[in-house]
Amino acid sequence: MRKANADAVTVTKNELNFRPVSIWKKLWLQRQLMLMSVPMLLYIFLFNYFPLWGWITAFMNYNPAKPLFDNPWVGMGNFVWLFSKPEFIRAIRNTFAMAAINLVFGFVFPILLALFLNEIRSLHFKRTVQTVTYLPHFLSWVIVVGIAQTIFASDGAVNQLLISLGLRKDPVFFLGEGKYFWWLVGVINLWKECGWNTIIYLAAMSAIDPALYEASEMDGAGRFKKMFHITLPGIKSTFIVLLVMNIGYLMEAGFEIQYLMGQNVVMDWSQTIDIFALKYGITKGQYSRAIAAGIFKSLVSIALMLSANYTAKHLGEDTLL
Amino acid sequence: MNRNVVIARKRSRLKKRSVFPIINSLVMIFLIFITLYPVINTVAISFNDGTDAVRGGIGLWPRMFSMKSYETIFSDPIIYNAFFITIARTVIQTLLNVVLTSMLAYALSRREYVLRKFITTAFVLTMYVNAGLIPNYLLIQRTLGLSKSFWVYIIPTMTSCFNMIITRTYILGLPDALVESARIDGAGDVYLFWRIIFPLCTPVLATVALFVAVGAWNSWFDTHLYNASKVQLHTLQYLLKMKLATTVNISNAILTSTDAAASTTNTTPVTIRAAITVVSAAPIMVVYPFLQRYFVVGLNVGSVKG
Repeated sequence: MRKANADAVTVTKNELNFRPVSIWKKLWLQRQLMLMSVPMLLYIFLFNYFPLWGWITAFMNYNPAKPLFDNPWVGMGNFVWLFSKPEFIRAIRNTFAMAAINLVFGFVFPILLALFLNEIRSLHFKRTVQTVTYLPHFLSWVIVVGIAQTIFASDGAVNQLLISLGLRKDPVFFLGEGKYFWWLVGVINLWKECGWNTIIYLAAMSAIDPALYEASEMDGAGRFKKMFHITLPGIKSTFIVLLVMNIGYLMEAGFEIQYLMGQNVVMDWSQTIDIFALKYGITKGQYSRAIAAGIFKSLVSIALMLSANYTAKHLGEDTLL
Repeated sequence: MNRNVVIARKRSRLKKRSVFPIINSLVMIFLIFITLYPVINTVAISFNDGTDAVRGGIGLWPRMFSMKSYETIFSDPIIYNAFFITIARTVIQTLLNVVLTSMLAYALSRREYVLRKFITTAFVLTMYVNAGLIPNYLLIQRTLGLSKSFWVYIIPTMTSCFNMIITRTYILGLPDALVESARIDGAGDVYLFWRIIFPLCTPVLATVALFVAVGAWNSWFDTHLYNASKVQLHTLQYLLKMKLATTVNISNAILTSTDAAASTTNTTPVTIRAAITVVSAAPIMVVYPFLQRYFVVGLNVGSVKG
């Protein structure tokens, strides 16, 4: 108790004479700190926690025009409706499929790139590669989708390449056929984020003790041996933390790009849970059903993160929680 | 470095010159190429004659140079308005974020602060707890009535937990003596923050400002949800988004009809779309190379000390 008060005491030595302070007195003394933080606390309560209250409307047949509790309760009715709807099942499938592709691409390629970048001796060249590959991260999804639609159009660069290499006779309709959609999203995501995602691995790699490399060199380890036995183990804990975090955000893997790229023709493959919720909630005004879809998504996210965290803990790694 | 190591290295280099560095460099050059190609291709198309561009096959340089697409875009007053709205929201949002976030970060960095733990937890949890799209929409649209106003760009985006944490980590790294000595001279927390801590936080706040500014410049979804019906409040990204939606349908129509050259104007949706893409991406592309290091610094501060 006394130790915790130590700092407050230095401020107020004169009045207090080292007597323990009541909480109210302390709050009064810290009123300037409160002035700086309590309004922000109220702000996040309003914008981040208050909307959770809206979740109860998932168990109602909610009509925003009526006062909240005048709406009829329907129990689990909205959830039953959701899971009997093939469109929603497809949305779950699409969300998971694209999330899985993004997760794998989002780890494999940035780590590979970081390993390769780490081997470049020329600092200038390394910095150039980094500057260029970070760039797409700062472009908005609207811009990226605009560029992608140009590149993957039937007369776009990719098709020209395929045809000139003799791999195809006629152009592939990348944008108009559902079966390509998931992979297209994966590739575009990779283009946008791969370079940026290396930053954290490069930082972890630069923290590895150079003596390890020198020692292994003395023992005759070659470049790839060093990569496998020193660099990769050196970034393992970073990898695990990022993995847990990304699994927690798995369900967020798709909204903007799918929304911007998903035309009606590819709807069966592009619609994610978020887009489903948006369509039913805002366009069709079926708020309760859309909120139910959102709740399902949140619950799955939390479950995923907790289980990833649990697994990581049992593998003996540092975790987030 | 140990002398023996240097010698050993030199020896091994003499013994077998690895091909790896060459392959590695080639891979990196290829990477630079595939990162830049789509961007340069879009720029080339935007400067190409419209009807000619529909034939496809434009690479890194326009085939028939034309400024028509840009003339068309800039002859429409809507784009000036969108520029103004985008800049206004970016500036206001960034300033507010920097001041509010650093103020909060200062308060939460004071170890003696009674509410420190509670408020920090409340903020950190917001990274994991999210009510979802529709409840947030109902809050902003119905409860607060912010739609169809400029404030919908500003009010829901005043602070972010991630930025607060990197700023707080930075403040915790500053010497305690700074605060203590000013305290002894009788400075209050507001004075301390504003006159001592805030100026010292410039490097990390530059990072925060850049993150916020890029996010603000790039956002389109809030316009789409709340201000779609109000043309005066459309942002640049939203204009582009609308163009994407319309041109996709048209270019599909062009694909089905073999007579691509039928259109008589010198601009086509393809070139217009490319031109708007360039216009809305240009500010970021121009500024980015100079500011890149700030982004990276901030990310590392955040990741190392979490």
